[in-house]
Amino acid sequence: MNRSGFLSFLSSLLVIVIGLLFGLIVLIVSNAEQAFPAARTIATFGFSSMRRVGDVMLHGTPIILTGLSVAFAFKTGLFNIGASGQFMFGGFVAIYIGVEATFLPPWLRILTCIVAAALAGAIWGAIPGLLKAYRNVHEVISSIMTNYIGMFIVVYLIQSFVFDQGRGTSTRLPTESTLPRLGFQNIFREPFFATYRESHVNLGIVLAIAIAILVYVILEKTTFGYELKACGFNPDAAKYAGINQKRSIVFSMMISGALAGTAGALNFMVDTGLSMGVVETLAMEGFTGISVAFLGMNHPIGIIFSGLFVSYIKLGGAQLQPHFSIEMVETVLAIIIYFCAFVFVVKSMLGRGLSKFGRKDKQEGGGAV
Amino acid sequence: MNMLYFIVQNTMFFAIPLMLVALGGLFSEKSGVVNIALEGKMVLGAFTGILFITTYQDSISGQPILILGLLIAMLTGMAASVFHAYAAIHLKANQIISGVALNMFAPAFAIYVSRLVTGTQNVHFINQFRIDSVPVLGSIPILGPILFQNAYITTYLGFAILALATFVLYKTKFGLRLRACGEHPQAADSVGVSVAKMRYAGVLLSGALAGIGGLIWVVPISTIFSGTVNGYGFLALAVLIFGAWKPQRILFAAFFFGLMQTVAWSNAAIDFLPGGTGWTQFYKMTPFIATLIVLAFTSKNTMAPKAAGQPYDKGGR
Repeated sequence: MNRSGFLSFLSSLLVIVIGLLFGLIVLIVSNAEQAFPAARTIATFGFSSMRRVGDVMLHGTPIILTGLSVAFAFKTGLFNIGASGQFMFGGFVAIYIGVEATFLPPWLRILTCIVAAALAGAIWGAIPGLLKAYRNVHEVISSIMTNYIGMFIVVYLIQSFVFDQGRGTSTRLPTESTLPRLGFQNIFREPFFATYRESHVNLGIVLAIAIAILVYVILEKTTFGYELKACGFNPDAAKYAGINQKRSIVFSMMISGALAGTAGALNFMVDTGLSMGVVETLAMEGFTGISVAFLGMNHPIGIIFSGLFVSYIKLGGAQLQPHFSIEMVETVLAIIIYFCAFVFVVKSMLGRGLSKFGRKDKQEGGGAV
Repeated sequence: MNMLYFIVQNTMFFAIPLMLVALGGLFSEKSGVVNIALEGKMVLGAFTGILFITTYQDSISGQPILILGLLIAMLTGMAASVFHAYAAIHLKANQIISGVALNMFAPAFAIYVSRLVTGTQNVHFINQFRIDSVPVLGSIPILGPILFQNAYITTYLGFAILALATFVLYKTKFGLRLRACGEHPQAADSVGVSVAKMRYAGVLLSGALAGIGGLIWVVPISTIFSGTVNGYGFLALAVLIFGAWKPQRILFAAFFFGLMQTVAWSNAAIDFLPGGTGWTQFYKMTPFIATLIVLAFTSKNTMAPKAAGQPYDKGGR
């Protein structure tokens, strides 16, 4: 790892530590007696059995993808806070096809679900992209609008097309339309009386990791990715070099949207009976993606780990009832994002500190000679 | 006629908080700090305000407790703003990220604390603030039912703040300096205006108004607060944009959006409007679509403060 990468890594770690320390303080203030057992639960629960390890990967899948979505846009100079809306569109399209397209053989149906969800996300991401490229509208503002418009449309679509009256949510996906578990259930399980309790981790995590690698290759090893990044680093230079800036912005937002749409598909195509509610709140996964992206230093491979980390502490946080509630973890994540806002300041401070340290070393070394 | 009164009164419940929060956003953006954290500040203001009201509603009654609650909400909004301001002004951080952080923090924190205090996500309170009819004024024909029946003091407070905000922004030295910091901070600095101070003032004022707006939003429409303001902070941001960063137009935009909310929530009761799921969802998304369209057609010569969103760089041009 080069120096700058190392500093990013160090500042990310520092930000995580600060966030976790804050969390610990909140725990102590609210219930000192239970605080340390709770902290231990958060720290260890995800590794408490192979089933839990599988669960960490299962819940990590969608947020790795929304993290990739945010990071892809950020690398190309755009801030996609519209991942929520794109995620919901992707989720709806996957559910709709999974429920209705029973005439397709399962493998083709699953493929169609994912591709269509990615397309839906791309279309929904293209709107802020087009507005930015051709009408100079800031993508953050337009993404906020498309988030809410998307949410209201998706609620309407669910109620009209895949509504389960009895449960008040979207229709449950038939098992053949969910992602295959690939035998993972024989590894990620824990003994339960005479039998086993299995994790529902599935093909999704494999896809998420593969997509992360693909994003890395596109951004770092292709001309196309280089052009997109150039537009983010220095729009004027990119224009001077003959890169079609407008086209790049639209493509960036579409790819970012496609990643969030895929996240929606993989999130709901699980055989746990998960379905989409008709509640009018934005999907949290879109915003969690922002923390995942920044913790992963906006690097596709880093995001695999930060996504799993966030999933890990969330799973632990969900076990804190009745003394504490899961929102504890959300506040910690928010604190972490807050510090991410000036992670560059932290980084440069660290850099200065380290180089001072390095110089001192050298001087001492010089003295000895 | 009764239907008209019903619509106007309900529109007021939505429009007043939207207008106040949008005015808050206006102060912040005019000083040069983009504030997408309005939602979070509304949540925190509403939360502490309601918590205060619930705690003391047996010992203090009627309007005084509401006013105290508003003060608490205002202080909370300002306290939350300090974090946003510090990141944006001192650390020259990415203002969007710190705003997102605040928006994530607020509902999680509110729910976390209310679970500790009440055991559930919900904080209940008794609405003892509704004024059935203001004495004398309420019996004026037409104007009475529209403005002075089924009303809250917060409505009048809202209009008072609108007038005050307009005056402060456009008729005082402070307002001029604030706007200068958002348009051309280097110019303001060159004549001895402290950009940092002005921006702190702008962000703190926005927190104060967003906090008040949060409480004002909850009180007329519910007796339960459950850690969310349903995206009204973002809607207020849309009001600010739709209102072209000008107080009078913000008033108009807030009433238009408020009307759309009224129509969305109670189109079953309004007999001359088409209802059903499709229409309801359509009414709800109209403000956001309208804002997108306005953005698409005005952004080439936008009314937004020129330096909004950019950390102040003394050496910049």
